Amino acid sequence: MSLWEYANPRRFMATSSWLLPPLVVMSALLIVTGLVWGFFFTPDDFRQGSTVKIIYLHVPAALMAINAWLMMLVCSLIWIIRRHHVSALAARAAAPIGMVMTLIALFTGAIWGKPMWGTYWEWDPRLTSFLILFLFYIGYMALWEAIENPDAAADLTSVLCLVGSVFALLSRYAVLFWNQGLHQGATFSMDKEQNISNVFWYPAVISMAGFVCLFVTLVLYRTRMEIRRRRLHALDARSMAA
Amino acid sequence: MIIARILPDLGKYATEVGLAYGVSLGLLALLIGQSLWKGRKIKQRLQQEEKARKGE
Repeated sequence: MSLWEYANPRRFMATSSWLLPPLVVMSALLIVTGLVWGFFFTPDDFRQGSTVKIIYLHVPAALMAINAWLMMLVCSLIWIIRRHHVSALAARAAAPIGMVMTLIALFTGAIWGKPMWGTYWEWDPRLTSFLILFLFYIGYMALWEAIENPDAAADLTSVLCLVGSVFALLSRYAVLFWNQGLHQGATFSMDKEQNISNVFWYPAVISMAGFVCLFVTLVLYRTRMEIRRRRLHALDARSMAA
Repeated sequence: MIIARILPDLGKYATEVGLAYGVSLGLLALLIGQSLWKGRKIKQRLQQEEKARKGE
Protein backbone atom coordinates (compact mmCIF):
# COMPACT_ATOMS: atom_id res chain seq x y z
CA MET A 1 0.00 0.00 0.00
CA SER A 2 1.32 3.43 -0.94
CA LEU A 3 1.86 6.17 1.64
CA TRP A 4 -0.04 8.53 -0.67
CA GLU A 5 -3.28 6.69 0.09
CA TYR A 6 -3.28 8.51 3.43
CA ALA A 7 -3.71 11.72 1.46
CA ASN A 8 -7.33 10.57 1.24
CA PRO A 9 -9.03 12.16 4.29
CA ARG A 10 -11.37 9.17 4.77
CA ARG A 11 -8.47 6.72 4.90
CA PHE A 12 -6.55 9.05 7.20
CA MET A 13 -9.51 9.34 9.57
CA ALA A 14 -10.02 5.54 9.62
CA THR A 15 -6.35 4.72 10.25
CA SER A 16 -5.79 7.46 12.84
CA SER A 17 -8.89 6.43 14.83
CA TRP A 18 -7.38 3.03 15.67
CA LEU A 19 -3.84 4.40 16.03
CA LEU A 20 -4.76 7.05 18.61
CA PRO A 21 -5.72 4.92 21.68
CA PRO A 22 -2.44 2.92 21.83
CA LEU A 23 -0.48 6.11 21.15
CA VAL A 24 -2.18 7.90 24.06
CA VAL A 25 -1.30 5.03 26.42
CA MET A 26 2.29 4.85 25.13
CA SER A 27 2.83 8.63 25.45
CA ALA A 28 1.47 8.72 29.00
CA LEU A 29 3.53 5.70 30.08
CA LEU A 30 6.78 6.97 28.58
CA ILE A 31 6.43 10.56 29.81
CA VAL A 32 5.42 9.55 33.34
CA THR A 33 8.21 6.94 33.53
CA GLY A 34 10.87 9.31 32.15
CA LEU A 35 9.91 12.28 34.32
CA VAL A 36 9.25 10.35 37.54
CA TRP A 37 12.51 8.41 37.14
CA GLY A 38 14.43 11.58 36.34
CA PHE A 39 12.88 13.75 39.05
CA PHE A 40 12.72 11.29 41.95
CA PHE A 41 15.35 8.65 41.34
CA THR A 42 18.41 10.32 39.84
CA PRO A 43 21.19 11.95 41.86
CA ASP A 44 22.25 15.60 41.65
CA ASP A 45 25.09 16.47 39.31
CA PHE A 46 28.36 17.32 41.08
CA ARG A 47 28.55 20.72 39.31
CA GLN A 48 24.94 21.60 38.46
CA GLY A 49 23.28 20.28 41.61
CA SER A 50 19.57 19.50 41.32
CA THR A 51 19.16 21.76 38.24
CA VAL A 52 20.29 18.76 36.18
CA LYS A 53 16.71 17.47 36.62
CA ILE A 54 15.58 20.16 34.16
CA ILE A 55 17.28 18.13 31.41
CA TYR A 56 14.31 15.68 31.30
CA LEU A 57 12.06 18.52 30.10
CA HIS A 58 14.45 20.87 28.33
CA VAL A 59 16.12 18.43 25.93
CA PRO A 60 12.93 16.58 24.79
CA ALA A 61 11.10 19.90 24.33
CA ALA A 62 13.99 21.39 22.32
CA LEU A 63 14.19 18.21 20.21
CA MET A 64 10.48 18.40 19.39
CA ALA A 65 10.58 22.18 18.79
CA ILE A 66 13.00 21.63 15.90
CA ASN A 67 11.56 18.35 14.61
CA ALA A 68 8.00 19.69 14.62
CA TRP A 69 9.10 22.42 12.23
CA LEU A 70 10.97 19.88 10.06
CA MET A 71 7.79 17.76 9.92
CA MET A 72 5.88 20.90 8.89
CA LEU A 73 8.52 21.50 6.21
CA VAL A 74 8.03 18.00 4.74
CA CYS A 75 4.23 18.43 4.82
CA SER A 76 4.49 21.88 3.22
CA LEU A 77 6.69 20.51 0.43
CA ILE A 78 4.16 17.71 -0.18
CA TRP A 79 1.41 20.34 -0.38
CA ILE A 80 3.40 22.54 -2.77
CA ILE A 81 4.41 19.64 -5.04
CA ARG A 82 1.47 17.23 -4.88
CA ARG A 83 -1.41 19.36 -3.51
CA HIS A 84 -2.54 16.82 -0.89
CA HIS A 85 -4.85 18.61 1.53
CA VAL A 86 -4.16 16.30 4.46
CA SER A 87 -0.47 17.22 4.37
CA ALA A 88 -1.24 20.96 4.56
CA LEU A 89 -3.66 20.32 7.41
CA ALA A 90 -1.10 18.15 9.24
CA ALA A 91 1.39 21.02 9.03
CA ARG A 92 -1.23 23.38 10.46
CA ALA A 93 -2.01 20.85 13.21
CA ALA A 94 1.66 20.55 14.22
CA ALA A 95 2.31 24.30 14.60
CA PRO A 96 0.72 24.92 18.05
CA ILE A 97 2.44 21.80 19.40
CA GLY A 98 5.81 22.96 18.09
CA MET A 99 5.16 26.45 19.47
CA VAL A 100 4.49 25.08 22.97
CA MET A 101 7.59 22.86 22.76
CA THR A 102 9.71 25.87 21.76
CA LEU A 103 8.25 27.90 24.64
CA ILE A 104 9.04 25.09 27.12
CA ALA A 105 12.60 24.83 25.76
CA LEU A 106 13.10 28.60 26.03
CA PHE A 107 11.58 28.84 29.52
CA THR A 108 13.38 25.84 31.04
CA GLY A 109 16.61 27.00 29.37
CA ALA A 110 16.29 30.46 30.95
CA ILE A 111 15.47 28.99 34.38
CA TRP A 112 18.46 26.63 34.07
CA GLY A 113 20.69 29.38 32.70
CA LYS A 114 20.35 31.73 35.67
CA PRO A 115 22.11 29.54 38.29
CA MET A 116 24.56 28.00 35.76
CA TRP A 117 25.51 30.96 33.54
CA GLY A 118 24.46 33.79 35.86
CA THR A 119 21.87 35.08 33.40
CA TYR A 120 18.40 34.15 32.18
CA TRP A 121 19.14 35.25 28.64
CA GLU A 122 22.12 35.82 26.38
CA TRP A 123 22.09 36.66 22.67
CA ASP A 124 23.80 33.37 22.04
CA PRO A 125 23.39 31.82 18.53
CA ARG A 126 21.34 28.84 19.72
CA LEU A 127 19.14 30.85 22.09
CA THR A 128 18.56 33.57 19.51
CA SER A 129 17.71 31.12 16.72
CA PHE A 130 15.25 29.39 19.08
CA LEU A 131 13.59 32.72 19.87
CA ILE A 132 13.28 33.46 16.13
CA LEU A 133 11.86 29.95 15.60
CA PHE A 134 9.25 30.70 18.29
CA LEU A 135 8.30 33.92 16.48
CA PHE A 136 8.05 31.97 13.20
CA TYR A 137 5.63 29.53 14.86
CA ILE A 138 3.43 32.43 15.98
CA GLY A 139 3.61 34.03 12.53
CA TYR A 140 2.77 30.72 10.84
CA MET A 141 -0.32 30.19 13.04
CA ALA A 142 -1.43 33.80 12.61
CA LEU A 143 -1.15 33.50 8.80
CA TRP A 144 -3.38 30.41 8.77
CA GLU A 145 -5.99 32.32 10.79
CA ALA A 146 -5.73 35.48 8.73
CA ILE A 147 -6.54 34.00 5.31
CA GLU A 148 -10.10 32.88 4.59
CA ASN A 149 -9.40 30.70 1.55
CA PRO A 150 -7.85 27.44 2.88
CA ASP A 151 -5.86 26.70 -0.29
CA ALA A 152 -4.38 30.20 -0.40
CA ALA A 153 -3.58 29.91 3.32
CA ALA A 154 -1.86 26.57 2.73
CA ASP A 155 0.19 28.07 -0.13
CA LEU A 156 1.38 31.10 1.84
CA THR A 157 2.05 29.23 5.07
CA SER A 158 4.05 26.63 3.13
CA VAL A 159 6.31 29.36 1.77
CA LEU A 160 6.68 30.81 5.29
CA CYS A 161 7.56 27.33 6.53
CA LEU A 162 10.33 27.01 3.92
CA VAL A 163 11.83 30.33 5.06
CA GLY A 164 11.51 29.41 8.76
CA SER A 165 13.32 26.13 8.16
CA VAL A 166 16.59 28.08 8.03
CA PHE A 167 16.09 28.95 11.72
CA ALA A 168 14.96 25.43 12.64
CA LEU A 169 18.19 24.05 11.17
CA LEU A 170 20.20 26.89 12.67
CA SER A 171 18.72 26.09 16.12
CA ARG A 172 19.97 22.54 15.73
CA TYR A 173 23.43 23.19 14.32
CA ALA A 174 24.31 26.68 15.63
CA VAL A 175 26.38 25.25 18.50
CA LEU A 176 28.52 23.29 16.05
CA PHE A 177 29.78 26.15 13.95
CA TRP A 178 29.33 29.22 16.19
CA ASN A 179 31.58 28.79 19.14
CA GLN A 180 31.09 32.17 20.80
CA GLY A 181 27.84 31.20 22.56
CA LEU A 182 27.19 30.14 26.16
CA HIS A 183 25.19 27.06 25.19
CA GLN A 184 27.16 23.83 25.31
CA GLY A 185 27.35 21.34 22.45
CA ALA A 186 25.09 18.32 21.98
CA THR A 187 23.97 16.73 25.27
CA PHE A 188 23.80 13.29 23.72
CA SER A 189 26.72 11.85 21.82
CA MET A 190 27.69 8.49 20.33
CA ASP A 191 31.11 9.12 21.87
CA LYS A 192 31.08 7.56 25.36
CA GLU A 193 33.54 10.16 26.65
CA GLN A 194 31.30 13.06 25.64
CA ASN A 195 27.89 11.52 26.36
CA ILE A 196 26.20 12.23 29.68
CA SER A 197 26.38 9.59 32.41
CA ASN A 198 24.04 6.60 32.05
CA VAL A 199 22.28 7.53 35.28
CA PHE A 200 20.90 10.65 33.54
CA TRP A 201 20.86 9.19 30.01
CA TYR A 202 18.26 6.43 30.49
CA PRO A 203 15.44 8.57 31.94
CA ALA A 204 16.27 11.35 29.45
CA VAL A 205 15.92 8.95 26.50
CA ILE A 206 12.61 7.61 27.88
CA SER A 207 11.36 11.16 28.33
CA MET A 208 12.40 12.02 24.76
CA ALA A 209 10.56 8.95 23.44
CA GLY A 210 7.51 10.11 25.44
CA PHE A 211 7.65 13.59 23.92
CA VAL A 212 7.95 12.09 20.42
CA CYS A 213 4.87 9.88 21.09
CA LEU A 214 2.94 12.83 22.55
CA PHE A 215 3.78 14.91 19.48
CA VAL A 216 2.61 12.17 17.07
CA THR A 217 -0.58 11.65 19.12
CA LEU A 218 -1.42 15.35 19.19
CA VAL A 219 -0.61 15.81 15.49
CA LEU A 220 -2.94 12.94 14.56
CA TYR A 221 -5.70 14.25 16.84
CA ARG A 222 -5.38 17.83 15.63
CA THR A 223 -5.16 16.78 11.96
CA ARG A 224 -8.48 14.96 12.41
CA MET A 225 -9.82 18.18 13.91
CA GLU A 226 -8.52 20.23 10.94
CA ILE A 227 -10.07 17.78 8.45
CA ARG A 228 -13.44 18.20 10.19
CA ARG A 229 -13.01 21.97 10.30
CA ARG A 230 -12.30 22.02 6.55
CA ARG A 231 -15.39 19.90 5.88
CA LEU A 232 -17.44 22.30 8.01
CA HIS A 233 -16.00 25.22 6.05
CA ALA A 234 -16.94 23.49 2.76
CA LEU A 235 -20.51 22.89 4.00
CA ASP A 236 -20.83 26.53 5.11
CA ALA A 237 -19.55 27.70 1.72
CA ARG A 238 -22.09 25.44 -0.02
CA SER A 239 -24.92 26.87 2.13
CA MET A 240 -23.84 30.43 1.32
CA ALA A 241 -23.75 29.64 -2.42
CA ALA A 242 -27.21 27.99 -2.39
CA MET B 1 4.04 17.27 55.17
CA ILE B 2 3.42 14.23 52.97
CA ILE B 3 4.50 16.13 49.85
CA ALA B 4 7.67 17.26 51.61
CA ARG B 5 8.45 13.63 52.43
CA ILE B 6 7.86 12.44 48.85
CA LEU B 7 9.79 15.23 47.13
CA PRO B 8 13.53 14.77 46.72
CA ASP B 9 15.81 17.29 48.40
CA LEU B 10 16.44 19.84 45.66
CA GLY B 11 18.75 21.97 47.80
CA LYS B 12 19.26 25.62 46.93
CA TYR B 13 17.83 25.17 43.41
CA ALA B 14 14.39 23.97 44.55
CA THR B 15 12.66 27.10 43.18
CA GLU B 16 14.29 26.81 39.74
CA VAL B 17 13.56 23.09 39.35
CA GLY B 18 10.03 23.45 40.74
CA LEU B 19 9.28 26.37 38.42
CA ALA B 20 10.66 24.52 35.38
CA TYR B 21 8.50 21.44 36.07
CA GLY B 22 5.41 23.39 37.11
CA VAL B 23 5.34 25.73 34.12
CA SER B 24 6.31 23.03 31.58
CA LEU B 25 3.71 20.52 32.78
CA GLY B 26 1.16 23.34 32.97
CA LEU B 27 1.86 24.32 29.34
CA LEU B 28 1.58 20.68 28.21
CA ALA B 29 -1.72 20.31 30.10
CA LEU B 30 -3.01 23.52 28.47
CA LEU B 31 -2.04 22.28 25.01
CA ILE B 32 -3.72 18.89 25.54
CA GLY B 33 -6.81 20.50 27.11
CA GLN B 34 -7.17 23.07 24.32
CA SER B 35 -6.77 20.35 21.65
CA LEU B 36 -9.45 18.15 23.26
CA TRP B 37 -11.85 21.07 23.81
CA LYS B 38 -11.49 22.46 20.29
CA GLY B 39 -11.59 18.98 18.72
CA ARG B 40 -14.85 18.11 20.49
CA LYS B 41 -16.40 21.47 19.66
CA ILE B 42 -15.66 21.11 15.93
CA LYS B 43 -16.82 17.48 15.89
CA GLN B 44 -20.14 18.47 17.50
CA ARG B 45 -20.67 21.36 15.08
CA LEU B 46 -19.98 19.11 12.08
CA GLN B 47 -22.35 16.42 13.37
CA GLN B 48 -25.11 19.02 13.88
CA GLU B 49 -24.53 20.46 10.41
CA GLU B 50 -24.60 17.03 8.75
CA LYS B 51 -27.72 16.05 10.70
CA ALA B 52 -29.46 19.25 9.64
CA ARG B 53 -28.56 18.60 6.00
CA LYS B 54 -29.88 15.04 6.15
CA GLY B 55 -33.13 16.38 7.56
CA GLU B 56 -33.59 18.84 4.68
